[in-house]
Amino acid sequence: MKKTTLTLAAAMAFMASGAMAQDVVRIGTEGAYPPWNFINDDNEVVGFEIDLGNEICDRAGLTCEWVLNDWDTIIPNLVAGNYDVIMAGMSITEARAEVISFTENYLPSDPSAHMALAGTDESVIEDGIIAVQSNTVQAGIVADSDAAALEFPTPDETISAVRNGEADAVLADKNFLVAYVADSGGELVFIGEDFFPGEGTGAGIRQSDDELRETFTAIIMEMREDGSINELIEQWFGDEMSTF
Amino acid sequence: MFSFCTDPATLPQWQWFACYLTTGTHFAFYRSFVMVILLLAITAPVALGMGLLGAMAVRSRIWPVSWLGKGYVNIVRGVPDIVFFMFVPIALGQGIEWVFHQINCPDWDQPIRQGNDFIVCREARVPGPNAPAWVRSTYAFSMAVIAYALVFGAFAANTLYGAMQAVPRAQVETAEAYGMTRAQAFRRIIMPQMWIYALPGLSNIWQILIKATPLLFLLGIQDAVYWARELGGQKTSLYTYPHPDWRVWYFLVLLCFYLFLTWGSERVFARLNRRLSRGQATAAGERMRKAAA
Repeated sequence: MKKTTLTLAAAMAFMASGAMAQDVVRIGTEGAYPPWNFINDDNEVVGFEIDLGNEICDRAGLTCEWVLNDWDTIIPNLVAGNYDVIMAGMSITEARAEVISFTENYLPSDPSAHMALAGTDESVIEDGIIAVQSNTVQAGIVADSDAAALEFPTPDETISAVRNGEADAVLADKNFLVAYVADSGGELVFIGEDFFPGEGTGAGIRQSDDELRETFTAIIMEMREDGSINELIEQWFGDEMSTF
Repeated sequence: MFSFCTDPATLPQWQWFACYLTTGTHFAFYRSFVMVILLLAITAPVALGMGLLGAMAVRSRIWPVSWLGKGYVNIVRGVPDIVFFMFVPIALGQGIEWVFHQINCPDWDQPIRQGNDFIVCREARVPGPNAPAWVRSTYAFSMAVIAYALVFGAFAANTLYGAMQAVPRAQVETAEAYGMTRAQAFRRIIMPQMWIYALPGLSNIWQILIKATPLLFLLGIQDAVYWARELGGQKTSLYTYPHPDWRVWYFLVLLCFYLFLTWGSERVFARLNRRLSRGQATAAGERMRKAAA
């Protein structure tokens, strides 16, 4: 019991001196969504959000660690305390904001687009079968339209569904699809107009964790103003992506 | 890995594959097979132990113990595995943290559940806030072992209970006639002889356990199925080794791996069966006795 009291006293002293700054901040990401976040061939997590997250941690003097988690359970695991931040290309939406809180967005509202096999008629957007990743903004959009939604747990599977004819088109963030269109040599094309759903992408943080959210928001705002976020955006997304 | 791997885009085919199959992610894929086997090697004895305890509890003459055993066996067998795999790690994890919280932070004045958040004090976090990665993965792995052992222990308990009942009554009666107590008869007569009756059931459970290991993915452990899906998916030119959708080949490897595992264990069980039949009052034992005579 005495030992417990001692550790407790030590911990209290810790908190008084430097808050929780000594603790490792764990950032959860999906690792399957290039170029936002993905696992490269050397088994490292890389991408726009990794560079950005590391820079935020650097500037805030935090030690950060990346944790991979399935997209479908990424919010429950944040809430349960398995990690402290989500940076996984997550659009800020009202439904999500009821469960977790968001920092100011680190990406502006970015384009979504439909991609289909070359020669597909644009009318499938209205009444065809559209592949989407489950629990995404795009899944919500298709669910509200007259088209039939075909949901998959990973973004990669939505592309396969279009290739093998299971779905007429896929609706996703345009910057995720760009690489597939470019690599397909004309087999895959964008159809219809781009549109801008959502209010941008932000880092998700537990609602009770005000301090961490304020730290992240402050540095995101700083990086938006000094142009360093725009540099990272151009480095990872090229010119297609909206900048600040 | 190899010195010629610096610029994969220019390599001839066999060298490209040599480099591709030795990337960091592929080594993680290969390691995941070892992990599956490790999980089986640890879970199987633990589940068997749980089963033995469960079966003994069911047989117990002390009714609370017997009820506990029956409750465990029937409830766990009745709930879908997948629910258990999701429930056990979360419930157990939060349960452990709650207990530590009560012990370490009696002065904490905030509620543990704040809206959606589960918040315990810093000292109660398991694994600790600054635990290194290997501690976290060992913790996750242990949770998986516990979840598997709980589920498969219940099935094993039922099988072992049946096997204990199947040992011929005459054997136990003879033991009693020699003046052995109930415990002695159990230890000396029932335990050594019950295995032959338990074996077919246990081999079923083992095969199902092998096939259930892909559920590891649900527990956030990157097992062979996770990697097959991750590596097999189409890779765009953002990656060093771009390739189209190769999942079918990766799943074929998984298929071979699991078939090999089940085929190997079938052989081991056949051996065990021969071994345990020796001298038993069963049809197989009788055949062996006649063949030898």
